[in-house]
Amino acid sequence: MIWQLDLAILTLVVITGIGAIMVKDLLGAAILFGAYSFMMCLLWSIMGAVDVSFTEASVGAGVSAVFFVAAVFRTTRRTKD
Amino acid sequence: MKIIGLFIVILTGALLVYATVDFPPWGDPASPASTHLSPHYIEKSMEETSVPNIVTAVLADYRGFDTMFETAVIFAAGVACFFILRALRREGPEQRLYRHTLTDMTIRIKDASKISADLDEFERIDTLWTPRDLIVTTVCRLLIPFIQLFALYVIAHGHHSPGGGFQGGVILGASFILLAISHDLRTTLKRMREKMNGLLCATGVFIYAGTGALCLLFGFNFLDYSALASILHVDPVTARSHGILIVEIGVGIAVMATMIWIYNNLASSGKYDEGL
Repeated sequence: MIWQLDLAILTLVVITGIGAIMVKDLLGAAILFGAYSFMMCLLWSIMGAVDVSFTEASVGAGVSAVFFVAAVFRTTRRTKD
Repeated sequence: MKIIGLFIVILTGALLVYATVDFPPWGDPASPASTHLSPHYIEKSMEETSVPNIVTAVLADYRGFDTMFETAVIFAAGVACFFILRALRREGPEQRLYRHTLTDMTIRIKDASKISADLDEFERIDTLWTPRDLIVTTVCRLLIPFIQLFALYVIAHGHHSPGGGFQGGVILGASFILLAISHDLRTTLKRMREKMNGLLCATGVFIYAGTGALCLLFGFNFLDYSALASILHVDPVTARSHGILIVEIGVGIAVMATMIWIYNNLASSGKYDEGL
């Protein structure tokens, strides 16, 4: 585990996590959530949990981002609050 | 109200950060989690199940009951999406767009129920999602077989490398979703019909639970795959390895079908007509 890399990815996790809930554009929030998942996937693989990382990459960053985009496509792109 | 919410969130976060101080250090062999059961898995999983990937052995064999209900949860998610979103009744006249394949001209029909002539030269296009790029469709069509092959590899090779039923199933489902995104929803529905989809979803869970029940029939515990030794004509240790593979295939089928099912319902808002 390289601590510089760890710190950089952890910072990005926090930034994308806060960004995903602050952004008004829901499509942007979906993409930020995908980025967050991908950063978590990198973190898992740094910690040696390759199976978890694989699941996170395929489910979190892949399919659930597509589900969010599909849901945004069928509803609205702006949040009310 | 917002300020109270923010205050609670910050307080909970601070407490959680404070709690991490008591955690054992990363990868500590003396931590409680790695002193009781983990040594058994690490030392014995190879000779008990002949599976080199310990994670797979724990997930599908030692903790098989847990994974069975995980699959059931995914099945339930698919069924819930179906019951919430699926619109079985069609209301009012709907408009449709058709493109003449030879001249690229687009026509709009206001009431779809009035179409009587055969529209061989016309190709139906979505009213909401019209752009269609030749490069994107061609690249996706070429890529999808390789994605599916990789997904099957991930399922079948879960014994030796990271992967298994869940990941492979998700990738297999994602390949169908990619087809729906790059072409349109009807192209996917032609290849994977709704009935087939629901049936596969249930079949996956049935394969998993059925394997467990088969072990019961032979007088062993539920999901104790060494019972399968007499059917598969191998020794009990290899039978456990094969049992894991059977179960992983079940998980893969269930997860794949559920992913496509959820996507179809979400993207077409339950109408199965036009989608992203």
